[in-house]
Amino acid sequence: MSTVRVHTNTDAPPRSEDPPPGGRVGAQQRAPFIRQVITLTRRNLTHIKRQPEMLSDVTIQPVMFVLLFAYVFGGSIQTNGSGYREWIMAQTMAFSAFVVAFGLSNDLTKGVIDRFRSLPINRGSVLVARSTSSLIHSSLGVIVMSLTGLIVGWRVRGSFLEALAGYALLMLFGFAMIWLGILVGSVMRSVEGVNGVIFTTIFPLTFLANTFAPSENMPHWLRVIAEWNPISSLVQAMRDLWGNGAPPPVDAQWPLHHPIIATIAWAIIFTAILAPLAMRAYVNRTRD
Amino acid sequence: MGARSVVTMTATAIEAIDLVKTFGDLTAVDHVSFTVPEGTVLGLLGPNGAGKTTAVRMMTTLSPPTSGTARVAGYDVRTHPDQVRASMGLTGQAATVDELLTGRENLRMIADLYGLPRPRVRRVADDLLERFSLADAATKVVKEYSGGMRRRLDLAASLIATPPVLFLDEPTTGLDPRSRQELWEVLRNLVEQGTTLLLTTQYLEEADHLADRIIVIDHGTVIADGTPLQLKDASGAARIVLTVSNADDLSAAESLLRGLIPEVRVDPANRQITGSAEGLDAITRIAAGVQNLGIEIDDLGLKRPSLDDVFLNLTGHRAEPQLAATEESA
Repeated sequence: MSTVRVHTNTDAPPRSEDPPPGGRVGAQQRAPFIRQVITLTRRNLTHIKRQPEMLSDVTIQPVMFVLLFAYVFGGSIQTNGSGYREWIMAQTMAFSAFVVAFGLSNDLTKGVIDRFRSLPINRGSVLVARSTSSLIHSSLGVIVMSLTGLIVGWRVRGSFLEALAGYALLMLFGFAMIWLGILVGSVMRSVEGVNGVIFTTIFPLTFLANTFAPSENMPHWLRVIAEWNPISSLVQAMRDLWGNGAPPPVDAQWPLHHPIIATIAWAIIFTAILAPLAMRAYVNRTRD
Repeated sequence: MGARSVVTMTATAIEAIDLVKTFGDLTAVDHVSFTVPEGTVLGLLGPNGAGKTTAVRMMTTLSPPTSGTARVAGYDVRTHPDQVRASMGLTGQAATVDELLTGRENLRMIADLYGLPRPRVRRVADDLLERFSLADAATKVVKEYSGGMRRRLDLAASLIATPPVLFLDEPTTGLDPRSRQELWEVLRNLVEQGTTLLLTTQYLEEADHLADRIIVIDHGTVIADGTPLQLKDASGAARIVLTVSNADDLSAAESLLRGLIPEVRVDPANRQITGSAEGLDAITRIAAGVQNLGIEIDDLGLKRPSLDDVFLNLTGHRAEPQLAATEESA
């Protein structure tokens, strides 16, 4: 019964490979990063399952958008090629790239973030899990939109692989945009604030593009902006890959002639800038 | 173990070294230092806004100290935060469990995050649910849990990796007396098994019940430090309280006590006379005197100051647990 405890030298900070004093079981557990992300992603998805109303943005909204754009705008805007209804689909899909990481700002106001921060896990895992679950969330919207599109007459006229590439680009761009959501979510104090900021910045951005109307009818300066708009690249790339609509006018800006490369580039640039900023904002937000 | 000539010292589980935290002009924690030996319980006692929560947040790596540092299980919170996190469990003031998950999902999630082997994840979660009487509610969403159930789940979550050091920030705030008793019982068992506990509380009774040592903190500074008994002794001598059966005997009893002990005061409404108890033999002499005079008494006893008295004595104001709703937000 005589428990002899040898005091480790606590004057010198232990090196990371040192066992803790007493060498107790369980004190040095670590989960690999990927397991942390999977665990937290599963948690976020369970939240959606428990609050099905969170899915309204990927169920009712997409159907509404497709019908609205196809029938309200579709009748009045003339485009070349296979008709506005088909032309507008890519734009409608691009909307789904803006599923905001609302869940994060919800989490930040709750004690559970303290719990995560008191665990020996990578701080980035909470954010990567958030972006992963948001991506899964938004892909549900893409599926709903595609089905609705098919019903109202949208068709993919390219090959199967091209179609898949279109979806992949959409997801890639969506992933980049989710970091914007996480950044705003970490900076803003309330969910309502996040909503406001995202809406007032993203909404004009989606209109200032070749999304709703072809850019060639705009004044020159506006057209340059619109054609360099990342969303224009994305939408043009999807139109090309799905065979919806004519190729861009010959005098269009560079991104519209190389929309796939441009979209990938934009996605990489956005992620490279936004992800570290989001990470920093999150760490700052949760410091004190 | 065999007869080995090893110098036995009690290892230090938690060490606060000149901890300071400022928020703008406000100094929430002001040069706080203390050590907690392994296997003991330290109660951090103080009113709302005293800086208890801020101190705990620094010691658990949630908030970086403005200056000074802390060591948990030998690891510095500034330089080795990950090792600190791996060595301790935290039950925060705001329940830190996920409301939308079930009790079992919560525990499994945390076990997964700790990286426990998968078969152990299930076992550990179910064992803890059993141990904290939550097995029946295992598949219920936490949102539907009562306050006491949440606290128990929260505590269970902190124990998943069997951490040697446990921080509990006001573990029983908002609990009904029965749930509080149950939680105390659980905590006592943990300490018996060798866990080191640091708990903050504004319930003087709680610190008295659980802590081996109490640190009283007010406006961010340590104003007293000792065992519950030492603190009571420090706040003045115990008092002798005599209650007579008939108010008519009050004056006779008063003059008897004045002859024997100092600081005699009379409380006619309660037919009570109190005086400073310097030396316990005074009680025997009072008892003899009362008998000689033929005074009928209801009660004669010794009243040690409560921790409430201690607090009043130290700070000049009472601890006010009823203000729990406005607890320090930092």
